[in-house]
Amino acid sequence: MSDVQSKYLVDQRGYFGKFGGAYIPEMLYPNVEELKSQYLEIMNSHAFRTDFVKLLKDYVGRPTPLYHASRLSEVVGAKVYLKREDLCHTGAHKVNNTIGQILMAQALGKKRIIAETGAGQHGVATATVCALMGLECTVYMGEIDMARQKPNVERMKILGAEVRPATSGSKTLKDATNEAMRHWINNPKDTHYIIGSVVGPHPYPDMVARFQSVISEEIKWQLEEKEGKEDPDYVFACVGGGSNAAGAFYHYVDKENVKLVAIEASGLGNDSGKSAATTALGKEGVLHGSRSLLMQTEDGQVVEPYSISAGLDYPGIGPFHAHLFDSGRAMFVGATDEEAMNAGVELSKLEGIIPAVESAHALAALHKVDFKPTDIVVVNLSGRGDKDLETYIKWGKY
Amino acid sequence: MSELRKAKMNRIDQAFIDKKKDLLNVYFTAGYPNLNDTLEIAKGIEKGGADLIEIGIPFSDPVADGPTIQESSTKALASGMTLKLLFEQLKDLRKDVTLPVLLMGYINPVMQYGFEAFCQKCQEVGVDGLILPDLPMYEYEEMYKAVLEKYGLYNVFLITPQTSEERIRKIDELSKGFIYMVSSASTTGAKSGISEEQIEYFERVKAMNLKNKLLIGFGISNHETFSKACSYADGAIIGSAFIKLVTVDASSSNIQQYIQSVKNP
Ligand SMILES: Cc1ncc(COP(=O)(O)O)c(C=O)c1O
Repeated sequence: MSDVQSKYLVDQRGYFGKFGGAYIPEMLYPNVEELKSQYLEIMNSHAFRTDFVKLLKDYVGRPTPLYHASRLSEVVGAKVYLKREDLCHTGAHKVNNTIGQILMAQALGKKRIIAETGAGQHGVATATVCALMGLECTVYMGEIDMARQKPNVERMKILGAEVRPATSGSKTLKDATNEAMRHWINNPKDTHYIIGSVVGPHPYPDMVARFQSVISEEIKWQLEEKEGKEDPDYVFACVGGGSNAAGAFYHYVDKENVKLVAIEASGLGNDSGKSAATTALGKEGVLHGSRSLLMQTEDGQVVEPYSISAGLDYPGIGPFHAHLFDSGRAMFVGATDEEAMNAGVELSKLEGIIPAVESAHALAALHKVDFKPTDIVVVNLSGRGDKDLETYIKWGKY
Repeated sequence: MSELRKAKMNRIDQAFIDKKKDLLNVYFTAGYPNLNDTLEIAKGIEKGGADLIEIGIPFSDPVADGPTIQESSTKALASGMTLKLLFEQLKDLRKDVTLPVLLMGYINPVMQYGFEAFCQKCQEVGVDGLILPDLPMYEYEEMYKAVLEKYGLYNVFLITPQTSEERIRKIDELSKGFIYMVSSASTTGAKSGISEEQIEYFERVKAMNLKNKLLIGFGISNHETFSKACSYADGAIIGSAFIKLVTVDASSSNIQQYIQSVKNP
């Protein structure tokens, strides 16, 4: 968490440059307004900070290591560090946010939690913190995703959550998000919506980025310890909605000497009609309450994206990233299914770490940049590959 | 002179002058149940004796809508409905339809069409007002209000039982035509009937003596709920119940019969 002021971060009106805002129907206004009027004060309170830091340490297992991957470095031709978010409890960075938001929900006096999930990682992280706090948890998940990600559905149920299928529209992540928003409209008083990425109406993109900013906060002092300086030359992170990237970039946004590289899923290629690379294929638009970049038809209907990785399979990106793209502050690179899977297998063989397929996209991009041998590159390894075993098996090339 | 003024007046205002109370506004989704039903359904609503017509622009992600309207949107889009096609379908709207017509839609398709081009087209075909539920007030004032006014369009805002008095006053300042009073904390079509709690809310808003007319929507489905709503407001809006009706039978006679049964059984 942090008090960074920057032209790249949110402004008084809830915008990142021209992106963001709160494009919500009046039925959601009181819920969002309640959060907006209190989130900063709550986050900055001593009680909240103490609980947040304590849980991140004792429950999540932070700080996560910053690991110098020497064999990978040799192959890449630069000094590569991996920020090991894969070692977080529940296996990905998602839990940093859900810990923050469950404390927020408690501070707001909420009794019930709802969430959306695509691959199930955010759903599991939400079900986990609800179990921890003894709060009732309902997770919306697209009917198609429920079939694709059965083990995570069962994990959520074991943790005591109710998983409700989203059967509208295309029956995937964006529809699960719609259903969660509708649930919130119908239950405005006692329910908090734990959104899973830096998307949604203001203040969500800002709040989630602040919770995830612990990632770059740690990178700074860890790199200082190892290299005698806080700043790497590059930070790499994959972008679905953009929460792990937001966390990894956060404390570096104003340090123009640090190059920020955001990796999107190009699926079968950006020309194939099967991609999730929003900055390459999207246009300005409004979805789930914020103005950002969005994959859509000429008529303004939201397009169903495709990626081998369910966590990157979202038709938009958060407004923070839209602004980083638009302003040229971050470089956006695509990685295809094939490039990502190869990079995932490569890391497994070289370092003994099987990464989440999402994170493998970030690793794939290491092969797309011309580094100097002295360059220091931090890759945010957002999650571990346990959940993706079936995807690796189906891929087969290892 | 009075003829001239009458010709220039927005049809929404005219409707509230012509009829002082119990106005019925009927919502339907463009391109549903069949792609080219749009204009015929509008005509049926007029013939049936409704007072305003609200045409929904289908969107892939309608977060404020319950299952009935969602499904109608999904089906309309699958049939090939687009905003471009809607304006094509409404080209001759004013040959047959005299009632005020509002377009209701989410902001994204409108943005892609181009906000000004959209407003211009609305004026051209004879649309009188817009309901854009996910357009925030701040952005409306900053960027959109002037454009709407340029093309003579009224923007209708929503209020809910949770909307604060201060905010209702602000919405009343910005609204033109009428305020859409959402009857309960819900998506469209979620509840039916009118509870004590809702009546309290209706009375509270009524007592505020707003400058705009009030139409109550969400959960209105028949004569009973319609007339009850009308006792607290200037009229009411039927949406999901009408969609259910045309799903079964979209003929003009069925529509007319239904509207008459809502107004006077
Ligand atoms: C391991 C992992 N990385 C990345 C993502 C993408 O989300 P975000 O872009 O918000 O970090 C997910 C989402 O499920 C994930 O599970």
